[in-house]
Amino acid sequence: MVETLVMQAFNGISLSSILFLAAIGLAVTFSLMHVINMAHGEFIMVGAYTAYVVQGAFSGFGDAFGLYVPVAIVMSFVVAAALGAVVEKLIVSRLYGRVADSLLVTWGLSLVLQQLARNLFGSANVGVEVPSYLAGSFEIGGIALPYTRIWILVIALACLLGVYLFMFRTRFGRTVRAVMQNRPMAAALGVNTRRVDAITFALGSGLAGLAGCTLTWIGLVGSGLGQNYITQAFMTVVVGGAGSVFGSVFGAGFIGIGQSIFEFLTDASLGQALIFLAVILLLQFRPKGIFAVSSRSLEDE
Amino acid sequence: MGDTATLVREQDAPALLSIEDVSVVFNGFHAISHVSTTVGDHEIRFFIGPNGAGKTTILDAICGKNRIAGGRIMFKGKYDLSRMKDYKIANLGVSRKFQAPSVFPGITILENMELAAANRHSLYSTTFLNLKPDQRDYIRYILDFIGLYDKCFDYPTRLSHGEKQWLEIGMLLTQHPDLLLLDEPVAGMSRRETEHTAELLQRIKQECSVVVVEHDMQFAKDVSDNVTVFHEGKVLAEGTMDEVSQNQTVIDVYLGRGGEK
Amino acid sequence: MALTQSSKTQRNRLVLAFVIFAMLAVVPAVLPLFRTTLIARFMCYAVVALGLDMIWGYTGIMSLGHGVYFGLGAYCMAMYLKLAAAGGGIPDFMQWSGFDALPAWWTPFANPAFAFAMVVLVPVVVSVAVGLLTFLHNIKGVYFSILSQALALIMSVLLVGSQQYTGGSNGLTDFDTILGAPLASSATKVALYYVTLAVLVAVFALCFFLVNRRIGKIFMAIRDSENRVRFTGYNTAVFKVFVYALSAAVAGIAGALYVSQVGIITPADVGVAPSIEMIVWVAIGGRGTLVGAVIGALLTSGVETVASETFPDLWNYLLGLVCIVVVLFLPGGLMDLPRVPARVRAWLNRSHTGGAGSLALAASCPADVAAVNVDPAFDGAPAMQPAPSPAFSDDSSDERDPASSGAHAPTAGQTSSDSASASRKEA
Repeated sequence: MVETLVMQAFNGISLSSILFLAAIGLAVTFSLMHVINMAHGEFIMVGAYTAYVVQGAFSGFGDAFGLYVPVAIVMSFVVAAALGAVVEKLIVSRLYGRVADSLLVTWGLSLVLQQLARNLFGSANVGVEVPSYLAGSFEIGGIALPYTRIWILVIALACLLGVYLFMFRTRFGRTVRAVMQNRPMAAALGVNTRRVDAITFALGSGLAGLAGCTLTWIGLVGSGLGQNYITQAFMTVVVGGAGSVFGSVFGAGFIGIGQSIFEFLTDASLGQALIFLAVILLLQFRPKGIFAVSSRSLEDE
Repeated sequence: MGDTATLVREQDAPALLSIEDVSVVFNGFHAISHVSTTVGDHEIRFFIGPNGAGKTTILDAICGKNRIAGGRIMFKGKYDLSRMKDYKIANLGVSRKFQAPSVFPGITILENMELAAANRHSLYSTTFLNLKPDQRDYIRYILDFIGLYDKCFDYPTRLSHGEKQWLEIGMLLTQHPDLLLLDEPVAGMSRRETEHTAELLQRIKQECSVVVVEHDMQFAKDVSDNVTVFHEGKVLAEGTMDEVSQNQTVIDVYLGRGGEK
Repeated sequence: MALTQSSKTQRNRLVLAFVIFAMLAVVPAVLPLFRTTLIARFMCYAVVALGLDMIWGYTGIMSLGHGVYFGLGAYCMAMYLKLAAAGGGIPDFMQWSGFDALPAWWTPFANPAFAFAMVVLVPVVVSVAVGLLTFLHNIKGVYFSILSQALALIMSVLLVGSQQYTGGSNGLTDFDTILGAPLASSATKVALYYVTLAVLVAVFALCFFLVNRRIGKIFMAIRDSENRVRFTGYNTAVFKVFVYALSAAVAGIAGALYVSQVGIITPADVGVAPSIEMIVWVAIGGRGTLVGAVIGALLTSGVETVASETFPDLWNYLLGLVCIVVVLFLPGGLMDLPRVPARVRAWLNRSHTGGAGSLALAASCPADVAAVNVDPAFDGAPAMQPAPSPAFSDDSSDERDPASSGAHAPTAGQTSSDSASASRKEA
């Protein structure tokens, strides 16, 4: 009995770590630019396919095959970030202030990206082979905790640390926070807000790509991968509140662990429905999310 | 520590607006601390003071935009505004004008006025009932006074900043309020427009009381009956503009800094 | 009295609507039967789009989960149709799941009157519940949209997970008759076609009526500045719940008509993706115009059918690109097309006077200025009136002397809306 509980708890934490990785980029770009990126899921997909390609490239290397993992991690970040930079320049930069429109335009983009993936990689889902050091599980007591999920947790924590250091300990991070809190003032002080947006969007997309790479260790990759996570990623941002990076941690934890608990108590589909209800109840008391930043203007009460 | 001039008013009837020991706190920051003042009938009261003194915050508290942390706000002696919802406060006869003109750009000027003029706000009345002739006449009268009658089928996006301010004031007037709260009504207006607004306020005074938050000292001198000076969330002094201008503390803190006109 | 610009636009749109309805009326006489049923399906979409235009185009609430209400109506109808086909017995999929008796909550659906009532009631009850849980607590804008999307996700998840009650991912299908008439006969199909057309016209008329009454102005005012409406004395939550429930009821009816003619309803028709597509119809056609929603739905689904028949892959690229281009450059949708020449002229004028121009004709503010006027009310740019994107042009730079607030030469830094209206004045 204890084993099942521990297993469930671990699953909850694992799901939370995945949601965090999937949502952190989204949270940052929304807080900064008030742009809803419906194509965020497709950046996850791009990262996943990049890992797949890297794995394929390494498959002829025999012993060195295992090395593909760090390369895949880096490449999936870089490729997704590059794509993010391009998207920002061409599309997102024209959408400042138009929240509803940003949703529609990025949705169109997500359609295009998904179709591109199908044309490039086929409609069938593909699998990524996990090297031997990632396979297997960590056995303790009577429980087997898969190494892949442990590593995902480690990577999520590393990302959290990285984002924290970036936002709160670097000069650029401070600039980003300044623009988040008061854009016109930051601009008046000489900050090139467009550049901040471009770089931040690229970084957020890169993080999504990284999330996609980690997803290849626990499942198949297909053009619909992004769609599987996008709604929950949004929910994570909503629960945590726009404007707060740590809100995403809380949101991911709330949804990930909460969903696991509900699934354990009922079943998979009912579990998702119940966590959704829990989110609505939570929003009753904090309509803008747990850690939202408040403002004085008429519209933002 | 400041001198407080005594205000002369009817002692028997309850004051129109009574702000009693009100405090407003934002995340630990005391925007307003233990402020008390009263506004009587047919009075034009100005709230003046440096930026950040809490003037807009107190208006927000009156009209229900903010929660207050202590004290209460009594209207006509019987309604505790601090416990009421924003739209209910508006229906009681308290109308608020915001600092940035906030008319509705998606509907015509006339439709803006009609929205404000209607006194029945239910789903049924907004679907099936029309405005009465005397309401329409009043709308026309106000539009005429603020000079927008010819443009009434246009959209507010075509108006200048000053015209938008007037439209918003006009909309508030159609509601026949008992208390009008104006936040910097002449900001951005020319001298001529400001004089026009002063004239408007003198006329309005016959029907209701007005609380004006302003920085334009000349305007305050011309129009106000009484003035309340705020500083760092507290009331510094109260009285007529003349009395307050001679108050040493006020001069030190506010007027004497050579800032305002 | 000369018609103002806006009432001329209104009249033109009404004429356009009549033309479309007239064309739809003669379709069964002109096209083969299977195309007729196809167009009936598009009309169902148009009905949903009208409801969505009311809640989004006019009131500014972007519901990304209307598939739920469409689905609820469709499934209620499908339950009746399934029971009619089972002729008093148990539907096939339930037999396969091992049931030997009908679940209690299925039984009333054998009665068509009950089923038809549920088609409207169930979406209304759910939407009112959702509305009360969200609007009464000031959950709005992005947060509401994301919640509504999650609602669509939950709905499809629950449908799939309850195989024995709902047919799971296969959905409900294999119907036989409706009110005694065989669904396969051409007479029934044509009759259903005209019923759908009648519903479309009726819903349009209802929406048109509401939009032109004071309640319609309140919806638009809520879209522009909800707080301001509250401070004017209106309890906006009530209005929002009302229009949300109205759009849900309309979607439910559309769903019922849909399933009767298409013959199947599955969770894939009611989840996240179809819900967003519904919004896209309205965006492409022109939000806040009613007839735009109809056109957007008819046109988009029409082109999708044609494209999927010939180039299935191409359709996704096409829809995605159209979405991007239309929303970026033509935020008022197709209904904005008549204004394009004026805008292009204005943009050319601005380039000549050295104004900072970008190709984004509609947003047409340099990024930082637009950022100052960040769209807080989370609305779509209403396309009803001559000046586009009014949410931006309020405060930005209009410190003009009132004496000259009329035609003026375009100067650098002005938005194209001013120049466009100036050139329209001369036209």
